[in-house]
Amino acid sequence: MVKTANDQLFRPLDPAKQQTDVIERPSLGIWKETFLSVIKNKLAVLGLVLLLAIIFLALLGPAMVPYSASQQSLTNTNQPPSAEHWFGTDDLGRDMWSRTWQGARVSLTIGFVAAFVDLILGVIVGGVSGYMAGRGKLGDRVDNVLMRIVEVLYGIPYLLVVILLMVIMEPGITTIIIALSITGWVGMARIIRGQILQLKSQEYVLAAEKLGTSHPKIITRHLLPNTMGIIIINLTFTIPTAIFAEAFLSFLGLGVQAPFASWGTMTNDALGVILSGQWWRLFFPAFMIAMTMFAFNAFGDGIQDALDPRARK
Amino acid sequence: MYIVKRFITMLVTIWVIASLTFLIMKLIPGDPFASDADVLPEEVVENMRAKYNLDEPIPVQYVLYLKNLAMLDLGPSIQSETRTVNDLLAAGFPASATLGIQAIIVALIFGLLLGIIAALNHNKFLDYASMVFAIVGISVPSFILAPLLINFFAVKWGILPVASWGSFQHSVLPTLALAVTPLAVVARFMRSSMLEVMNQNYIKTADAKGLSSFKIVVSHGIRNAILPVVSFIGPLFVALITGTFVIEKIFAIPGIGKYFVDSIFNRDYPVIMGTTVFFSTILVVTLFLIDISYRFIDPRIKLTSKGD
Repeated sequence: MVKTANDQLFRPLDPAKQQTDVIERPSLGIWKETFLSVIKNKLAVLGLVLLLAIIFLALLGPAMVPYSASQQSLTNTNQPPSAEHWFGTDDLGRDMWSRTWQGARVSLTIGFVAAFVDLILGVIVGGVSGYMAGRGKLGDRVDNVLMRIVEVLYGIPYLLVVILLMVIMEPGITTIIIALSITGWVGMARIIRGQILQLKSQEYVLAAEKLGTSHPKIITRHLLPNTMGIIIINLTFTIPTAIFAEAFLSFLGLGVQAPFASWGTMTNDALGVILSGQWWRLFFPAFMIAMTMFAFNAFGDGIQDALDPRARK
Repeated sequence: MYIVKRFITMLVTIWVIASLTFLIMKLIPGDPFASDADVLPEEVVENMRAKYNLDEPIPVQYVLYLKNLAMLDLGPSIQSETRTVNDLLAAGFPASATLGIQAIIVALIFGLLLGIIAALNHNKFLDYASMVFAIVGISVPSFILAPLLINFFAVKWGILPVASWGSFQHSVLPTLALAVTPLAVVARFMRSSMLEVMNQNYIKTADAKGLSSFKIVVSHGIRNAILPVVSFIGPLFVALITGTFVIEKIFAIPGIGKYFVDSIFNRDYPVIMGTTVFFSTILVVTLFLIDISYRFIDPRIKLTSKGD
């Protein structure tokens, strides 16, 4: 009985079909595979298109209307959006469309650089620190030193650093970016370290290590892709945080100086007037910040899904 | 032994932060008596400088400062002449801390709930709604949200009082204004990491052996997913309980947030140093506690090779 059942279950394979391990399609490599997967994701494509549109308008938006961003017109103050002024005008009669896109250049630059530094410094420091912790005396020391550096950078009042930089260098957008970059990545480093601490105790990391995979490869191929979701979310929050940090500096007289605009300073300027019904003063800069975040979120979610084979269909 | 070692490391970290801050502070130009020097006789200004040891060479000032710091004396404030920095911090910290702790609690409770609900309804209406809320929540910063809250809750509807401090009712609106952005971030982190965890095999096992979904989410899901939120909360907690300049200003709260900014613009050296040392102390202690908490959340985590 048992024997016949086995005979039925296990039969020799048809010799013609024995070559089952033939690779049916060419191996694509991680980046090509990711790219194809992102392209198939509609929300991700929408995010990418939005992001490109915002960058495009930041470059060409001010040139699309006959008003420059700092051109005042005292007979045309506080106009609501119209055919003439698409986003309305502010209290000095400056065209809000032109200001919004000119401000986009400053804010996007600050936001993108902050995100980039977060990605490079935050992920490397957090990744190395988390991976080395608990790995012998040297490992403990690496983690200890890196985390103490993080604490020191977070502990020094950054306003002092901003003022110091403004004394050494010329005040301007570069100075603001450097000042924000010095401490901006600290949160990312702490979060990535926490994630790596948790992930590296998983069995697949042990397996990879025992098979002789090098430390950098374990970090980049096994650990970081598994924290991608958290990295991307943190990046999408870094951008508005940096934009508002710049607004705070401007509020204190240390940021972008008038007549130049940024989304942060425009939001800030709207503070006094939104309650009197001039909604467009707040709406357009805040809406653009929200759109940038949405675009990043949607695109980022797509990349995250593409990098995670379990989420692939 | 480990605790002792960590304690010494903390002291060293605070000392490094204090020294670097002292150095930067002395590097930037400016003088706390710049405005007095125009109206007062030279001798008076000289005397005032002597009172704060500003007539000494900078290395001597540094050593004197550290000596006082070792005895937990943060020195006299230059701006408010009759009060010491210890007085200023002691008077303002309770208000700032109350507000910060309330904001963190609100952000945690509602952020976690929102994130979990979004993850359990992946790609459904509630998920998208929470994403929209998170994006709006962080695109409208607290300094814009605060006047809007005041306008509706206090001016138009008259439900809550503002512009003074004392009762719980006074703290509701500033708490909300402070909590919205962290709430949004917590929700996004929790959603992402919850999605990851709910995909794991042990969740399927728990489901297969007949555990209720509530129990699966609470005892297997949340505990494994909460780590990024805990990491994120650490620095944020420190920033919030030491007061926020903008919110305290808008709501007229007698906290310590203003000293962090005003002292720098007034070159009120003892207050700059005092706020920095105070902030750093809370920072290193909080981050230490966060590290310790990792072990309780996930016992597999090893922070040092000795197994601590």
